[in-house]
Amino acid sequence: MGKRKVQEINASSMADISFLLLIFFLVTTTMSVDKGLSRQLPPPLPPDAEKPEVEIKQRNIFVVLVNSNDELLVQGEPMDIRNLKEKAKEFILNESNSEALPEVIATKVDFGNGEETVMTTKNHIISLQNDRGTHYQKYIEVQNELAAAYNEIREDYSRAKFNMSYEELSEDQQKGVQQVYPQKISEAEPKNYGGKK
Amino acid sequence: MATIRKKGSKEVPAISTSSLPDIIFMLLFFFMATTSMKEVEMMVKITAPEATELQSLEKKSRVRYVYVGVPRDQYTKVFGKETRIQLDDAFADVSQLEEFVVRERESMSEEDQPYMTVSIKADKETQMGIITDIKQALRRAYALKINYASVQRTSY
Repeated sequence: MGKRKVQEINASSMADISFLLLIFFLVTTTMSVDKGLSRQLPPPLPPDAEKPEVEIKQRNIFVVLVNSNDELLVQGEPMDIRNLKEKAKEFILNESNSEALPEVIATKVDFGNGEETVMTTKNHIISLQNDRGTHYQKYIEVQNELAAAYNEIREDYSRAKFNMSYEELSEDQQKGVQQVYPQKISEAEPKNYGGKK
Repeated sequence: MATIRKKGSKEVPAISTSSLPDIIFMLLFFFMATTSMKEVEMMVKITAPEATELQSLEKKSRVRYVYVGVPRDQYTKVFGKETRIQLDDAFADVSQLEEFVVRERESMSEEDQPYMTVSIKADKETQMGIITDIKQALRRAYALKINYASVQRTSY
């Protein structure tokens, strides 16, 4: 007699099961954000072309050599990696207008609202050469220090000029700052500089 | 006197938890959709070098990876202990890299092609010789935007 009630399925454990699944996925998947140092390679030279002879004044070049023992030779002097950034900054800025550091030239720069004339050292070049036996970690460290030098210089410049962090500048202003302090790191063909292979 | 009598006990009814699984499932699907499983099986050991001035790679569809390192233990019998290059799921030689880049670029959508970035994931103990060879091959293949994968340095 009467309706027979269908017994309700107990669903309370369902939450546990799905929790378990959730935790499994949380643990196994990695929210990997790929990070690294970005660089632009120079385009390849046509095979039949002559190597262009570029005349660069001695004072405009900042030479960084890394040998197979991961030792640095900066401008002819052995140096610890921790001093590289300061040395590179001193070279790029040339605040003292020294004869030994790159020449300071008046350059027209566009910050988005007309051209301005700014004194820059735009002809400088940082030449980085490494041995085939140099370790990758050292190479990355050197690249990192040089990138840090440029970033700090640009940051300081935008603070002084716009009273803003480089990150907060508009795109045109950032381009302008990049023109004032262009990142010029040139990598030579690697050679075997003595020592182990 | 008539008295109103409540039937049954005075228990508080249990809160229905029947919607809880739905909520959890929603969370689960969210995580499943947003996270990506590793696409390739790593055949080489890689400990990324450390750096501080890192930039993140934004569009995954524009990035292709080149792995460089010593083969993992289960492969050393066949492939030895010398530093090797891994492209997709196989060991490769530097000479194959150019072809790989061209092939990968063709498989990209047209708007992504000019922005193709090659990320070099190399072990920090790798010697620069092989990295230089890779860079020369990338130049020949006109893959000029590169990225040296590295992790944030926490201390000197």
